[in-house]
Amino acid sequence: MSGSGEKMLNLTLKVWRQKNSNAKGNLETHNVTGISTDMSFLEMFDVLNEKLINEGKEPIAFDHDCREGICGMCSMYINGQPHGPKQGVTTCQLHMRSFKDGDTITVEPWRSVAFPVIKDLAVDRSAFDRIISSGGFVSVNTGNAKDANNILIPKDDADDAFNAAACIGCGACVAACKNGSAMLFVSAKVSQLALLPQGKVEAKGRVLNMVGQMDEEGFGNCTNTGACEAECPKGISLENIARMNREYLSSSLTYVKK
Amino acid sequence: MSSSKLDAKIPAGTIEEKWTKFRSTVHLVNPANKRSLEVIIVGSGLAGASAAASLAEMGYKVKVFCFQDSPRRAHSIAAQGGINAAKNYQNDGDSVYRLFYDTIKGGDYRAREANVHRLSEVSGAIIDQCVAQGVPFAREYGGTLSNRSFGGTQVQRTFYAAGQTGQQLLLGAYSALQRQVGMGAVKLYARHEMLDVVVIDGKARGIIARDLISGKLEKHFGHAVLLATGGYGNVFFLSTNAMGSNVTAAWKAHKKGAFFGNPCYTQIHPTCIPVSGDHQSKLTLMSESLRNDGRIWVPKKAGDTRKPSEIPEEERDYYLERRYPAFGNLVPRDVASRAAKERCDAGFGVGNSKLAVYLDFEANMMRYGQIEANKQSLQNPTKEKIREMGREVVKEKYGNLFDMYKQITGEDPYELPMRIYPAVHYTMGGLWVDYNLMTTVPGMYALGEANFSDHGANRLGASALMQGLADGYFVIPYTIGDYLSEEIRTKAISTDHEAFVKAEAEVQECINKLMSVKGTKSVDHFHKALGKIMWDKCGMARNEAGLKSAIVEIQKLREEFWKDVRVPGSADEFNPELEKAARVADFLELGELMCKDALNRNESCGGHFREEFQTEEGEALRDDVNYAYVAAWEMKEVGNWELHKEELKYENIKIAQRSYK
Ligand SMILES: Cc1cc2nc3c(=O)[nH]c(=O)nc-3n(C[C@H](O)[C@H](O)[C@H](O)COP(=O)(O)OP(=O)(O)OC[C@H]3O[C@@H](n4cnc5c(N)ncnc54)[C@H](O)[C@@H]3O)c2cc1C
Ligand code: SF4
Ligand code: FES
Repeated sequence: MSGSGEKMLNLTLKVWRQKNSNAKGNLETHNVTGISTDMSFLEMFDVLNEKLINEGKEPIAFDHDCREGICGMCSMYINGQPHGPKQGVTTCQLHMRSFKDGDTITVEPWRSVAFPVIKDLAVDRSAFDRIISSGGFVSVNTGNAKDANNILIPKDDADDAFNAAACIGCGACVAACKNGSAMLFVSAKVSQLALLPQGKVEAKGRVLNMVGQMDEEGFGNCTNTGACEAECPKGISLENIARMNREYLSSSLTYVKK
Repeated sequence: MSSSKLDAKIPAGTIEEKWTKFRSTVHLVNPANKRSLEVIIVGSGLAGASAAASLAEMGYKVKVFCFQDSPRRAHSIAAQGGINAAKNYQNDGDSVYRLFYDTIKGGDYRAREANVHRLSEVSGAIIDQCVAQGVPFAREYGGTLSNRSFGGTQVQRTFYAAGQTGQQLLLGAYSALQRQVGMGAVKLYARHEMLDVVVIDGKARGIIARDLISGKLEKHFGHAVLLATGGYGNVFFLSTNAMGSNVTAAWKAHKKGAFFGNPCYTQIHPTCIPVSGDHQSKLTLMSESLRNDGRIWVPKKAGDTRKPSEIPEEERDYYLERRYPAFGNLVPRDVASRAAKERCDAGFGVGNSKLAVYLDFEANMMRYGQIEANKQSLQNPTKEKIREMGREVVKEKYGNLFDMYKQITGEDPYELPMRIYPAVHYTMGGLWVDYNLMTTVPGMYALGEANFSDHGANRLGASALMQGLADGYFVIPYTIGDYLSEEIRTKAISTDHEAFVKAEAEVQECINKLMSVKGTKSVDHFHKALGKIMWDKCGMARNEAGLKSAIVEIQKLREEFWKDVRVPGSADEFNPELEKAARVADFLELGELMCKDALNRNESCGGHFREEFQTEEGEALRDDVNYAYVAAWEMKEVGNWELHKEELKYENIKIAQRSYK
């Protein structure tokens, strides 16, 4: 029913199969036929899995939930790019109209030391939760808040904070980075809170703690290649990394940990 | 008269003083005792995360479970449009009473007054709390918070963060939760699914959960168990809910004695992207906020195949503005959805499937452009220039939604009107709870969309986020004290207790059963079949004959499922198909109850529209004499339920025929 005119595709998929985190994995080839250009990439996987189940084989495990680009759960490394060829979209929002009949598509999980594979295309990203636990919050208990309009915030600051806060925690930035660095993810949270008066109070400790935790989780160093920004589905900007570096530098000079 | 098995525990006093009095007289638990009281929270959405953070801050020992890989991915993340609060920042006449009134009326007079009033009272504090956490709400140039309108109201009380309000609110609650995790006050169990509740001596004392990575079953004790597990719209297969949203937790609780309230109350949202083919796995919402600036229409001529731009103004039927001049495009969801269905059924639908109507931004794009031109004092700007400036305004307000629409349909909504159609979105029904949010099983609570409490037969837009956070931040921290203050002498019960062992064995048996069917059809096959029955016969319009046949069909499908489902892989590994199978097994039981409830309710109200009960103009016809009650169902065994009624009393609002004309 799409306005673009539906077409049918036949494709060859090379999909990473790995039984569990300890097993060795390999690419497995599958042919899929009659894939509508109106389908999403994950719906194409639904079709493949239905076929595998009907043939008595094991379907391919992959993470997904909202299927509208916001939960950050889907995570496929498609033809060498996290979330595939289209800019600014997650795997679940990638539609088959981005591919041509006869294409061969290689699908792998996120690759990073800090994101071990659980099975097939699903990886463990709990390191991100631990980074947030180390400082990605404002220490305010429920019930302690003043009236919301008490502190005025310039619209531009609020907008910048929102843009940083739009990160969905998918990990594509890490998967895109040759060093497996999580700088874009961490800097997005650091920036959001540093830009708002509510977050400023703890800004110094926050950046040091979060960067410390990031290192501890085994993420690599940032060498400014910019691959993360290019692959981020939510357009999180490198400016956040620059801001975080400034915050980090000034904090490490002045902050005394208690 | 209410059933003797239902005590809503509504505090005495006038509606304005009930909550205040309750708070100042409820039993407290002293800090030392809190440290030895354990609370299990299933769910990390707005309701669960906010409850977990707040209870941990108070000193309780908390465990949080969610089936996603991170609590931040709970389905609340997907909420788009906004959250209501009676702040009256716009000085447009809003008040706690008005929000209370709008919610009761919007719910078609089927919600409990005391709960809704409390919700309105705490709504303002939610916004304060979120701002303090660093939630970046939209703001005006002066630095104050911005508001928009939602359906069923005539004031601007909706706070928002572009089209990603749920995301921002959830990330706020999630960061509060993770702070407690970091401090060791909350223990987190992501990728865990609760598969049963453990009840000992009539009280909820823990859960059985499956570690979704290893497949191992685990037993967890808690002095109280809070279910904040979201709604069950996925019983329809296609809905705007996330793929994993399910009824399992609530259903297991129901089977262990928690009554299920108003299961048939389903919200069908009017503005969703239409189904594009059989491959469709879920439906995508286009936020209600779009109805602030989008006008809904169909051609006046049935079967008109012209492009929308070629249909002149006088040949368009802006049917909501025509039928409901007072509220226009901002009528409540149930009304807007039925009106769209009516036009499409009558042959006026658009697009290839004819199951769609237009949502058109052209007029407002031009209006905004003109305002911008005036602001910038442009002399005689061209039409193109005005449109371009208007487009920017629209982009700033709804950019992410427009992008999403384009990505899914391949059409550019800045150039063409959107095509939209109603889709299953939210379930007002859920576990029956009293004023304290406790179910009929002592010690077991239900929060957020999982309970039935505040929205009656129809929820107003931007009120679910409000309710989830109200329940978690401001209600449960007080009401749980009423119960836990009596539990300070209860020592942690060993999970070797026979009740735990038995519950675990039952879960194991159910899993073994699913694995051993080794049939010929996939889980999705059954889920789709169930969804079709539900949508056709228990969807936007229902009637006696359809519901009766649906019940028989569902029973048959359930039998087939247990004979012929194929679950690949094994139970002791990461196995998403097994997870789905267990959820669909529960949907197959719930579907029957929904139909029974819809059949029982011989009236139309809110989202429940029985074709036999409508006015001459096709509006819902309530029967307040016979049906002004909450239907709370007690399960005797699968397929056999007993109905209990909680009578609804309206002492502060005059019950009236709902009119938006
Ligand atoms: C697309 C969309 C847009 C919406 N937009 C708005 C809006 O603009 N404004 C508004 O007010 N409302 C909106 N709503 C409604 C609102 O988002 C939801 O009602 C609300 O977020 C539900 O929150 P919750 O905390 O009750 O549940 P959820 O956020 O659904 O969380 C459920 C949690 O329970 C867990 N869980 C479930 N079952 C189990 C189990 N068996 N074991 C372990 N864990 C389990 C999940 O992992 C998850 O953490 C929208 C809904 C949708 C679908
Ligand atoms: S910064 Fe971008 S790529 Fe990285 S986690 Fe956030 S949204 Fe994903
Ligand atoms: S499934 Fe939620 S972002 Fe893709």
